[in-house]
Amino acid sequence: MFYREAGDFKTSYIADSQTFPIKFDRYRYYVVLAVAFGIVPFLINDYWANALLLPFLIYAIAAIGLNILVGYCGQVSLGTGGFMAVGAYACYKLMTAFPDVSMFIHVILAGGITALVGVLFGLPSLRIKGFYLAVATLAAQFFLVWLFNRVPWFYNYSASGQINAPERDVFGIIITGPNAPAWATYLFCLVFLTVCAIIARNLTRGTIGRTWMAIRDMDIAAEIIGVNPLKAKLTAFAVSSFFVGISGALFFAVYLGAVEVGEVFGIQKSFLVLFMIIIGGLGSIFGSFAGAAFLVLLPVLLKLIGVDLLGWPTDIVAHLNLVIVGAMIIMFLILEPHGLAQLWRVAKEKLRLWPFPH
Amino acid sequence: MPEQLIFAMEVILNGLMAGVLYALVALGFVLIYKASGIFNYAQGVMALFAAMTLVGIMNGQVPFAHLINAIFGTHVHYFGWNVPALLAILLTMAVMVLMAWAVQRFVMRHLVGQEPIILFMATIGLAFFLEGVADLMWGSEIKTLDVGLPQGINLWIDETTLQIFDYGFFIDNLDIVATIIAALLVAALVAFSQYTKQGRAMRAVADDHQAALSVGISLNFIWIMVWSVAGFVALVAGIMWGTKSGVQFSLSLIALKALPVLMLGGFTSIPGAIVGGLIIGVGEKLFEFALGPALGGATENWFAYVLALIFLVFRPQGLFGEKIIERV
Repeated sequence: MFYREAGDFKTSYIADSQTFPIKFDRYRYYVVLAVAFGIVPFLINDYWANALLLPFLIYAIAAIGLNILVGYCGQVSLGTGGFMAVGAYACYKLMTAFPDVSMFIHVILAGGITALVGVLFGLPSLRIKGFYLAVATLAAQFFLVWLFNRVPWFYNYSASGQINAPERDVFGIIITGPNAPAWATYLFCLVFLTVCAIIARNLTRGTIGRTWMAIRDMDIAAEIIGVNPLKAKLTAFAVSSFFVGISGALFFAVYLGAVEVGEVFGIQKSFLVLFMIIIGGLGSIFGSFAGAAFLVLLPVLLKLIGVDLLGWPTDIVAHLNLVIVGAMIIMFLILEPHGLAQLWRVAKEKLRLWPFPH
Repeated sequence: MPEQLIFAMEVILNGLMAGVLYALVALGFVLIYKASGIFNYAQGVMALFAAMTLVGIMNGQVPFAHLINAIFGTHVHYFGWNVPALLAILLTMAVMVLMAWAVQRFVMRHLVGQEPIILFMATIGLAFFLEGVADLMWGSEIKTLDVGLPQGINLWIDETTLQIFDYGFFIDNLDIVATIIAALLVAALVAFSQYTKQGRAMRAVADDHQAALSVGISLNFIWIMVWSVAGFVALVAGIMWGTKSGVQFSLSLIALKALPVLMLGGFTSIPGAIVGGLIIGVGEKLFEFALGPALGGATENWFAYVLALIFLVFRPQGLFGEKIIERV
């Protein structure tokens, strides 16, 4: 009824090329933003922040980053965990070295450092393709984790080998450490997620995004029509690692507070983020959100049903979780290779035609 | 002979043995990749699944005991019998064939014609699924596996080297057995694919699905067979690794170790898998021996990947892989 272009006339190029051309879409987007920024911070408590909202926001940033690399540029990466670790450790070193600088700057700088490391590990992508590249990114994963585990300079020679986030503030409000209020950490991550999503959305709509997609669809053909593969692949690695680095920095500094690198940023993390974008939808920003929400919600929901409702032991529920996630991945690949985002697209298409389906 | 050199020789020998075990896992990958073009990430988890099933059958565990107990409030754990090792291996093989059928029927058949990377991700999902099922079936605690393979130091080698070099080499009997079994397995697989009807059909399918179909080869049957053979290789690898270091989750991580082996050897070559395994095995042991202490140890975690990465930059198809030809 409301969801259609009819009557929604554009009179300027700016209006014609805006992100959400359909009025209903646009207003829904404003409403979501208003709720996220204006209402949720007043309702939030520690449980909601730590169990659901913070992991969702942070994983969504990582998923957007990985989606740019895998979904838009077609370079499969299994090194996400390692790059998140780079972001976390860069943030830690910056936080301890410059205590007076705002956290915003630290997190962005951490993203920048991760982007440099990402470009470095992205260099082989110019020679290696497909599976071979996926395996090559494993080198980044294992090497980086080993590096942060073994070189004491990275964890400031602390006895435990862990890194702990010291208390830091933004505009006088504590953001990291155990005393940070839930609403402040939530808003801090939300700001980053919103900005990242807007940047990603617009990058993928523009020239760079189109070259990425050309490389993804067929790299040799893209090269022939004048896309520079060096530039396209390396920018994809850089932008992707930048987002992944930001999410790693937030994951450590704001969400966990203390990190043991092998446990938190291991290979499992790489797979988790990869699953998010597969389930959510490769090559879709909305898909990154949907996938992150799904895989953050699923274990919580299963635990709620299995442990609290039925009283099963936690290990059985954890194993069931594995079975369900595995089955879901296969099911999505068979039924809907484009993920939740495609379901959403189909639903929107139906809505546009409703109530006249033909 | 200087002491360092003798130590290095022992390290190389041990590296060769470890390399054989890597090669065993890599073999399973190559088989499936050659026959169906699927890069089967779940190979390592299949080895874990096979080993757990074997232990479970040998000890007479009730499958899904924990789940049944949780749902119905019962307390069943064991049937109360012990199955002899040989029979248990046969039964496990039957389970692996059943799994191969299920994989073909419920997963791969629906994904025919999809892009390779989608198939790869499907096998990652399969790996998670199998791991969860294995844990649900048999419990996730660490189990010991003993099918009667010899273990411990080989005294003959110890004494002989003591006489020659004045220093006894420590070589595990199990590693020697593994080497012999791996050699037999490779010989058997080569013979199978060269001289039997099914083996030839398998190679035909690998060459060209359409052409194979048109001369009357059943794709379904061949793929079930390939997954069964891969299951068999996984079972052998699972027995070896399980006997060596216990049946536990980390067993599935050897699949990740097999990846650089494959990249070195090339995805399509059986000899490549063996040679790659040996290079990685020796390389990582020697590197740890020579530079490990200086770099802070545990370099084995990443050495194989970095070696493969550097290697790939110069030869993207691996040592023995077929040349990659790309057309628009």
